[in-house]
Amino acid sequence: MRMPRSLLAAIPRLVAVGFVAVGLFTALAVAQEAPTPPKQNWSFDGIFGTPDLAAAQRGFQVYAEVCSNCHAMHQLHYRDLTGIGLSENDIKAVASTFTVPQGLDDQGQPKDGPATPANQFRSPFPNEKASRAANNGAYPPDLSLIINAREGGPNYVYGILTGYAEAPAGFSMQDAMNYNRYFPGHQIAMPQPLQDGRVTYIDGTPTTVDQMARDVVTFLTWAANPEMAERKAMGVRVVLFLVLLTGVTYAVKRQVWSDVH
Amino acid sequence: MAGLQKSDLPNPVLNWIDSRLPIISMMQKEYGVFPTPRNFNYFWNFGALAMVTLVIMIVTGIFLAMNYQPNTGLAFDSVQHIMRDVNYGWLIRYVHQNGASMFFIATYIHIFRGLYYGSYKAPRELLWMIGVVILLLMMATAFMGYVLPWGQMSYWGATVITNLFSAFPGVGKYIVTLLWGGFSVDQPTLNRFFSLHYLLPFVLVGVVFLHVAALHIVGSNNPLGIEPSGPQDTLPFHPYYTAKDSVGICVFLIVWAALVFYAPNLLGDPNNFIEANPLQTPADIVPEWYFLPYYAILRSVPNKLLGVCMMFGSLLILLVLPWLDTSRVRSARFRPTYRWLILVWAASFILLGICGAHKPEGIWVILSRIAALYYFAHFLVVMPILGKFERPLPLPESITKAVTGRSNNETVTGRPLESH
Repeated sequence: MRMPRSLLAAIPRLVAVGFVAVGLFTALAVAQEAPTPPKQNWSFDGIFGTPDLAAAQRGFQVYAEVCSNCHAMHQLHYRDLTGIGLSENDIKAVASTFTVPQGLDDQGQPKDGPATPANQFRSPFPNEKASRAANNGAYPPDLSLIINAREGGPNYVYGILTGYAEAPAGFSMQDAMNYNRYFPGHQIAMPQPLQDGRVTYIDGTPTTVDQMARDVVTFLTWAANPEMAERKAMGVRVVLFLVLLTGVTYAVKRQVWSDVH
Repeated sequence: MAGLQKSDLPNPVLNWIDSRLPIISMMQKEYGVFPTPRNFNYFWNFGALAMVTLVIMIVTGIFLAMNYQPNTGLAFDSVQHIMRDVNYGWLIRYVHQNGASMFFIATYIHIFRGLYYGSYKAPRELLWMIGVVILLLMMATAFMGYVLPWGQMSYWGATVITNLFSAFPGVGKYIVTLLWGGFSVDQPTLNRFFSLHYLLPFVLVGVVFLHVAALHIVGSNNPLGIEPSGPQDTLPFHPYYTAKDSVGICVFLIVWAALVFYAPNLLGDPNNFIEANPLQTPADIVPEWYFLPYYAILRSVPNKLLGVCMMFGSLLILLVLPWLDTSRVRSARFRPTYRWLILVWAASFILLGICGAHKPEGIWVILSRIAALYYFAHFLVVMPILGKFERPLPLPESITKAVTGRSNNETVTGRPLESH
């Protein structure tokens, strides 16, 4: 019985040494993971941050004029654009510039017509197969949720849009692929979508690649999280209320317990 | 013994009801004056927190089910419909989605409380075992709930986890077919998972009732692990512990609200924002965070059948805990060695969780094997042997003596609310 007792007495020290060793190993292992696109500053960062509406509107223009040639956003309806500050009349006007399927005509044939605010965003292709056929076998993903669907979110999408470069010497590229610093494996089927001056902003903001990428990421962040502004505003009130309630409840608890402490 | 119960409620209507169905006097007995040890710390909040969470999950879940479509072609978009078009749908969904995490946080701390203070020991063995059944039911419910949004991780998680049953020789593949309702995770799987995800929470309510009923037979354990020796060691549940639990509930709701309003997808996987695609396997299939420790145990074993057995065994072993622990002292406060080793066990559980989030290669394999080894060794080796060798510290003479330093006959006893 002597041996085990002295062994037992040493256990606290052994435990402490064990914790430190395992902690070091874990830290070492975590440090080896791949680099991620650098963090940018966004209008929607933080507790009070919400998407900058002017940027989101410019981003919608970039989406409509550039991205939407290949990428659908089928979760969105034109009516949702009130969320980036467009008026109902603006939305009617914007929607009517797109031609979308409008049910059946009197002969029972599918017909197309100008979109109304109630319509989903126009999809560039009728289905995935058609999309692949037109895009060299690659499938441009739906962008409705792209910000939430990628590790790194807005920083990743911004990284991809601005990450095009010449392939380093010796890097072997497949046919019809493009080199991108932040795409996994560095070979992306999408050709560089943004070039300086690709669109013309009506508010006169210069259309650099960086500016357009920021704007379209702001738009896509709103599109993936249209409730964000309402959510964060409600959160402030809910958390403040709960903090107050905690204070009151704690005071009541102290009062109730005062006779037994 | 048929006949009216005698009720002493002054209100004639309530008295009329209570003498025919004595639920009011039952509540008064079980939640009003119920004698509860006077020395609970805030660890004793977590049972109540889990119960509150269960209620919130059921309420939000019912509203989600009004707008959700359990159809492989519609499920993903119907969740987006809830998020975008249903009035406050985003709020209900984020409360429910993060509620699963809050439920496991509360339950895991509740279980750790039981382990640290020896709440599983006689006479509370059955109470503890019912608790393990609750944990298993919760896990089944959470797993099936995660499949419903029909994202990539829903689909592939379901495929990987249900496939585990195929490891059992002979019957394995029949079990898997039965779970799937076909030959892959598909429409029948989604439909039955939806049905069961709606059913099991109500089964949980029933088992939680048994858990509480068993608790009210044997009474609560407490941080000292000694039984109350008389009325001076206990307080009526109301108002003392209703007040204390309310404080915990408020703090718990702050954490929950912080997740819902400011980081609703922090604990989720980005892949689940991509609709399920049976033709495209994600690079990394990981379960939700609360399953990661068990996932790490599964992957730390090179043999599939053995890995599956270890994974289920890591949970089922909890059922026999009352008989594996040979120490007669309940609270780790009075067990100088055990109190360190139970922390090592908790650390290895957390380390397993970290390992489960990483690909099983290199250092992660080694770490998860060490942690898994200790997870089991703690129950199978440390608990039976340590109880024989460890010299516990002297136990206090009574709860009152330990918390006030005064002996029993000098102390003030708590009174029910009415006398305040």
